[in-house]
Amino acid sequence: MSEHFPALQVLLPVLTAPLCLLLRHPTLVRVLSLAVTVGCLGISLALMEQAREVGTVVYEFGNWPRPLGIEYAVDTTNAFVLVIVSMIAAVVLPIGCRNSQVPEGREYLFYSAFLLCFGGLLGVAITGDVFNIFVFLEISSLATYILIAMGRDRRAIMAAYSYLIVGTIGATFLLIGIGLLYQMTGTLNIADLAVRLEDVKETRTVIVAFAFAMVGISIKLAVLPLHHWLPNAYTHAPPVVSAFLSATATKVAYYLMLRFIYTILGAGFVFDVLQFDVILTPLSLAAMFIGSLAAIYQTDFKRLLAYSSIAQIGYMTLGLSLNSELGAAAGIVHLFNHALMKGGLFLVAGCVLLRVGSTAIVDMRGLGSRMPLTASALVIAGLGMIGVPGTVGFVSKWALVSAALDQQAWQITVLILLSSLLALVYVWRLIEVMYLTEAPEGAERREAPPLYLIPTWILVLASVYFGFNTESTLGVARAAAHQLLGGAG
Amino acid sequence: MTFLSNVAGLWNYWAVITLMMIGLYIMISRGNLVKKLMGMNIFQVSVIMLYVSMGKVAGGTPPILIEGAEDVAYSNPLPHVLMLTAIVVGVATTAVGLALVVRVKEAYGTVEEDEVVAIDQATDREEAAAARAAEAAHGEGA
Repeated sequence: MSEHFPALQVLLPVLTAPLCLLLRHPTLVRVLSLAVTVGCLGISLALMEQAREVGTVVYEFGNWPRPLGIEYAVDTTNAFVLVIVSMIAAVVLPIGCRNSQVPEGREYLFYSAFLLCFGGLLGVAITGDVFNIFVFLEISSLATYILIAMGRDRRAIMAAYSYLIVGTIGATFLLIGIGLLYQMTGTLNIADLAVRLEDVKETRTVIVAFAFAMVGISIKLAVLPLHHWLPNAYTHAPPVVSAFLSATATKVAYYLMLRFIYTILGAGFVFDVLQFDVILTPLSLAAMFIGSLAAIYQTDFKRLLAYSSIAQIGYMTLGLSLNSELGAAAGIVHLFNHALMKGGLFLVAGCVLLRVGSTAIVDMRGLGSRMPLTASALVIAGLGMIGVPGTVGFVSKWALVSAALDQQAWQITVLILLSSLLALVYVWRLIEVMYLTEAPEGAERREAPPLYLIPTWILVLASVYFGFNTESTLGVARAAAHQLLGGAG
Repeated sequence: MTFLSNVAGLWNYWAVITLMMIGLYIMISRGNLVKKLMGMNIFQVSVIMLYVSMGKVAGGTPPILIEGAEDVAYSNPLPHVLMLTAIVVGVATTAVGLALVVRVKEAYGTVEEDEVVAIDQATDREEAAAARAAEAAHGEGA
């Protein structure tokens, strides 16, 4: 049984999605999809165990050896991503499609789309075949467009449409890149590509392929100049969807970037020959500042979170652009930490939307007394965004700063710390509105239902727990980075 | 490499690039949401052509096994198979896109991007004005 875990990891959600369409019964579909996400979480944890023991778990479909067949290959890096994706899914799914436009009795459509998106993201992370990556990326993206369009506001539809256009360009660019790599090597298998590319690396075709793939992935990851789709999509999507996407979709795109740079093309080629960091470092730094500055000036809580996501993605790509094991580890551990914090914050936005009826910051006045549990969750997760010691945010910043110091990159270290101050400004703004202003007259004093609060607090408490227990996350991230860079030389 | 051999020898790539640029240009320049999707289709078709043309082996026959014959060069069938999947993905994307356009038309009464954006911006401005008014009222009360 356990040797089939890699296949089950993807098959379970993807096969349950059509089953939900057939069953239609609201409670049944809910219980079933929850069971599937929890099962996937268990499988991904088991895969992580296996990967840490044997290095890379390889699953050959139909026992066809590579490069003939398609294989799933799980090493520490993608096992970590699988755990992040399935953990967030299992935590947020119980909330279901409240606060969305899904009519009564049609909830099964939400669960279907959610499971497809979930399965697609897992598929991107687990597969060892580059064409498979494209297919799974499109499965998850198509489901994402549907989920975003379920937002209460009509602007959600337009946000989904814009994302569809931009996202398709991104995925098609990735497809072009994959095609050109295939043309040069005659293989689609990641491990095989890495070997066969050695001889043909410095050809123009491979460089063009790299450029296409990087632009495609950067669109999905929302690296600064290509981030335009993100604020609207996250602002207008239902809060559960925003929480899930912000915590998983960009993380999987980041994983793809790691995979293409370190495993397929090799850090030596990307950073020394092509000097990719000359582009990526300024863009990451710009993302950190422009994202945070834009967040300060937002009037809507969810849009503020969306811009802060762009800044946080900047931290991740900055870790990557440092081109060191420490830097990659900082990026990988921030995947996990940011997923906890931002997932928790978007769920807070869900609580606020449910009780207050809007996520405008001005409507959150006096939230500290109106919804004490929600407000305190926001404060704790917000402290994490700043990077206060004792939260996961500090662990990420610490890892990133020590990676930068390791390379004597003083300017970058100073910029990281300065941009954290900007996070302090936008988090303080929220705290001020919630605790230091009085609630508007006639405002209801009612806490969000436990169904919302429990997942929110699970994520928030986890963000504190992993702030102290750093060995489990930072240790895994370091092992992952070591494996990733060690293989590439 | 003369100019002529660049043009004639690589004609399939020229066709691909031309189609790709037409598609991208339509997606960027057209304001009509349906036309944008059609541009997206052209863009995707150009990639299908890129893959299919790279599967051709010079002098190769279609990849159907000829019994008894040896030394036969077969064209590579794999890119064609990959493109079957890509076609399915393209059709699904177009379907979702058109469904979204139908809902845009229902919600906004138009499928022109500039008009939709104008309506959205008006909504954003109203919300911001309401927020400022609420803040001002609160400031006087306090």
